[in-house]
Amino acid sequence: MTDEPGAPFVQLRGISKSFGAVRALAGVDLAVAPGRMVSVVGHNGAGKSTLMQILAGTLAPDSGAIRVAGHEVGHGYGVRRASALGVRCVFQELSLCPNLSSEENARVVHPHLAGPGWRRRARRLIGDALAAIFPGHGIDTRRPVGELAIGQRQMVETARAFTETDRPVRLVILDEPTASLDATEADQLLRYTAEARAHGIAVVFISHRLPEILGHADEIVVMRDGQVAGKEEAGRLDEARLVEMMGVVRGAEPAHGPGAERARGAIRVAQAARPDAPLPVTLRAGEVVGLAGLAGHGQRALLQAVFDAAGHRRAALRVAGSVAYVSGDRRTEGIFPLWSVGLNTTIGNLRRLARLGFLSPAREKAEAEAWRTRLDIRTPDIGQPIVSLSGGNQQKVLVARAFAAEADIILFDDPLRGVDVGTKRELYQQVRRAAEAGRAFLWYTTENAELVNCDRVYVFYRGTITDEIDHAALTEERVIRASFGTGQIVAF
Amino acid sequence: MLRVGLPAVALAAMLGAIFAMQPRAMSYFGLTVLLNFTLPAIFAAMAQMAVIAVGDIDLGIGPFISLVNCIAATLLATHPLLGWLSFAALIAAYAAMGALIHLRRLPSIVVTLGASFVWLGLALLVLPSPGGAPPAWLPALLAWRPPLAPLPLLASVLLAALGEFLLMHTSYGVVLRGIGGNPRAIARAGWSLLAGRAALYALAGACGIVAGLALTGLNTAGDATVGTQYTLISIAAVIVGGGEFVGGIVTPIGTVVGAWIMLLAGSLLSFLNISTDWQLSVQGGILIVVLGLRALNRWSAA
Amino acid sequence: MNGRIRTWLDARPWIWSFAAALLVWLATALVAEGRGILATLAVALQFATFYAIVGIGQMLAISAGPGNIDLSIPGVMTFAGYVAMGLMNGSDAGLAAGLAAGVAVGLAAGAFNVGLIQGLRIPPMIGTLASGFVFQSMAIAYSRTTHAAPAPALVSFSAARLLGVPVIALIFIILTALVALALNRTVFGRSVLAIGQNIRAARLAGLAVRRTLASVYVLSGLLAAIAGILLSAYSGGAALDMGADYLLMSIAVVVLGGTSIAGGQASPAGLWGAATLLDVVVTMLNVMRVGAGVRYVVTGLIIIGVLALAKGRDQAA
Repeated sequence: MTDEPGAPFVQLRGISKSFGAVRALAGVDLAVAPGRMVSVVGHNGAGKSTLMQILAGTLAPDSGAIRVAGHEVGHGYGVRRASALGVRCVFQELSLCPNLSSEENARVVHPHLAGPGWRRRARRLIGDALAAIFPGHGIDTRRPVGELAIGQRQMVETARAFTETDRPVRLVILDEPTASLDATEADQLLRYTAEARAHGIAVVFISHRLPEILGHADEIVVMRDGQVAGKEEAGRLDEARLVEMMGVVRGAEPAHGPGAERARGAIRVAQAARPDAPLPVTLRAGEVVGLAGLAGHGQRALLQAVFDAAGHRRAALRVAGSVAYVSGDRRTEGIFPLWSVGLNTTIGNLRRLARLGFLSPAREKAEAEAWRTRLDIRTPDIGQPIVSLSGGNQQKVLVARAFAAEADIILFDDPLRGVDVGTKRELYQQVRRAAEAGRAFLWYTTENAELVNCDRVYVFYRGTITDEIDHAALTEERVIRASFGTGQIVAF
Repeated sequence: MLRVGLPAVALAAMLGAIFAMQPRAMSYFGLTVLLNFTLPAIFAAMAQMAVIAVGDIDLGIGPFISLVNCIAATLLATHPLLGWLSFAALIAAYAAMGALIHLRRLPSIVVTLGASFVWLGLALLVLPSPGGAPPAWLPALLAWRPPLAPLPLLASVLLAALGEFLLMHTSYGVVLRGIGGNPRAIARAGWSLLAGRAALYALAGACGIVAGLALTGLNTAGDATVGTQYTLISIAAVIVGGGEFVGGIVTPIGTVVGAWIMLLAGSLLSFLNISTDWQLSVQGGILIVVLGLRALNRWSAA
Repeated sequence: MNGRIRTWLDARPWIWSFAAALLVWLATALVAEGRGILATLAVALQFATFYAIVGIGQMLAISAGPGNIDLSIPGVMTFAGYVAMGLMNGSDAGLAAGLAAGVAVGLAAGAFNVGLIQGLRIPPMIGTLASGFVFQSMAIAYSRTTHAAPAPALVSFSAARLLGVPVIALIFIILTALVALALNRTVFGRSVLAIGQNIRAARLAGLAVRRTLASVYVLSGLLAAIAGILLSAYSGGAALDMGADYLLMSIAVVVLGGTSIAGGQASPAGLWGAATLLDVVVTMLNVMRVGAGVRYVVTGLIIIGVLALAKGRDQAA
């Protein structure tokens, strides 16, 4: 594998993990030696966060071996064991208590900070860590963390991970630690990782900022579709090579999607151009426009903005027509878990189904049945509870709901994530047909392969659109380049 | 700082207005009479604060205080050992309630409301009609005139200091407040959420007992409905004093100040010759106004 | 076989309360040695009606999702009762004015709650708790100025029987059935249940969330006022403590009747089962000559017990 001196502090071998039908990790090996910084990069769905959760002990793998500090840790490996062995992690969803100050938050993770004078010790502990990592930080460690800016909160959480009382810190996992930091602070953190490494601490660093990784990591592991696509010393890589490794090498793949030109209809969505956003979004009836880029870089915000803007006059974003929303997070934003398939389907169209305010069960049933047939929703009966359906079929119901609402604009919020391939293909065809009938789609997807269904693709990076790609010019490499801000238009 | 500062200023203003209208209130005796009933109020408010700290609410604290009052006016005098044992059992019952709410993930509002019926029923069993007599030491204790300051003032300062110390300055107090702020983070750090919640509820029960005892000492009699008003007073005291319903943001000092404000609101009404019928309106109104102002402040800051 | 029965029972959560009510009634009949059991049932139904009326409003609020609840019901009941009685002034001439005024109080109270919850962003629990105290206080102040007495026509109406069954029970059973129908078959009802299950999904599905929630609180205020007016008439006049039990009872009949405290699923039929159960329990205790104290303790323990056990079922599912 790698040939650095000394045994690795942590070694993962053959790690696999599936969530239902979705294979998040398929036989991943990873080793991090003390004093080394390994950076894991990859596009959406590569499996980075799943791997990190397994490393941190918050998730158990389906199969594979984990070796930490020389011990083979089996089923007993959890957050507390990991912490006892010296593993610390800073994930993107912060785990600070917003009502407690920085020093009190340090106390929470260090049971030894107790007894008289604990506050002074905690203050010194977190204060020293902050000063070492972010000199000149200006954070008042006595203020409740909830009152700090998001960047400062991230600094506190990062600093806390490096504090130690009775147990030494051996490995620190940093998942997008610079996402909310400005350039100076990010730089300080990266320089500190060198210092930490000099003290023998191992670091796993996940970031989408390729220059950061190339400049500071020792080794870069590229992941793709749940597997390790490549492992290399950072010095031997550059951005182009990384992008290449992250993408799927596509041979002569036939382009699905529109062959002939389709008649473009009225403008449905028009975003005003701004000096810092030179590529505004436009959408016409009959178009399928994709929103790509790394997850959480502004795509969802745009969908929400369009949803909110429907029916109102807004200068910055004009929306002409009715909207329907299909969410990919069906548990929190999609399904009504106590209801049947039928009720979940018709809920988006009640006003049209009702006569004099009353709904007729016969009409509803007919409508739901029609959509069941049209989308081939696999359920013995539309009276079945929706939670009895597979994930893919539940998503079909959500799509049916949006179609049934007969909206002009359909907003897709990554609805096909984790759905089986067969269902996906069926839904792609449905989208095609609906577009041909004049509906407009704004389709946010975290899977680049789906973008072939789109007429045009906007790629997002850190809240702005870095590239607009026509179907004919669409290549995965171009998408990935724009996803990491290395595309044609650099807006900052 | 602003959280406790504003209510403190409001309290000062209220006291100023009262003294201006009734200069005699500024004497030692006057202050004692004016502030006597803050004694049960501050402890009721502390009890409520303990529960609000973890994001729950206790709608049964009023009837609980009535129950303590009834026991103090009967058992405590006739069978003191039984009386103290029943107090211990009540604290255990409160802790059990907190545990039940945690283990079964029940809404505290319904459980404490159900408990309020149990407390009321027990109070009626102990003392079917108002009367009874507390043991002699209790009213004597409440009538004590400490040299430095009137008893209510002294007790308030001590309780505020104790509450502030326990919840804001001890290392375990941090953990307890953390449960209200981010329970998952606390659990992941290895602390027991069950133990924390049970401890806070037990503390609430203990404060409720002290409140009931104080009330008994002042009234020198028992009544199964005398404590009901303390439910609203305690909730309003915590909120007006700077606390929030969710997020584990509570201020012990502010809570005591809030209790004073709630109680003095009633006195102010009588000094202004406004009928005490409006007392509930004023107390409810203060709560609404404070919450409304906070909401508007948040909205304009966003 | 066992599974099929369980599914059938789970789909009808109100069955438990009716079954329990029946059991307790039979037990009471045993204890009373069969004396006057039908009469006690009629009286139980009479009082159950008042619980059920406010229960409907509370049920709508609770079904609208976690965090939604109306704690102002006792205060609204009392104030509406006093205002209505005050305007009726003991004569049938004032009946219409009294009713109109009482109803207006209920609607205004509901609107006030909506203002607190949606306008001032105060959590419903605290907003309605505070407003309830304000209304109670207004009732106290108003009670000093009036000699409130119900119109005789209303008194006889509130106590009237049809074939031995209280008329108001019949009316409100029908109303409950209409509410059940509305929950299943109107846009409004469907919206309430959708919002209760998943408010974000409801918003994204295009439902009028704010308007629906506002309607719920206005309805609850209206129903509380009606209950207050009828109760005052039946009791011969309003009393300042007449709402005291209704805070807990309005929630108890909802929860014991099978409506989920988590929202999204309502059990209107169960309101009556639970109201009857609670009333029959009280009756049984009275027959056994236990005091008010035992009555309260038993009621409180039943509510906590059922809640603790029922939740267990939900979690297992």
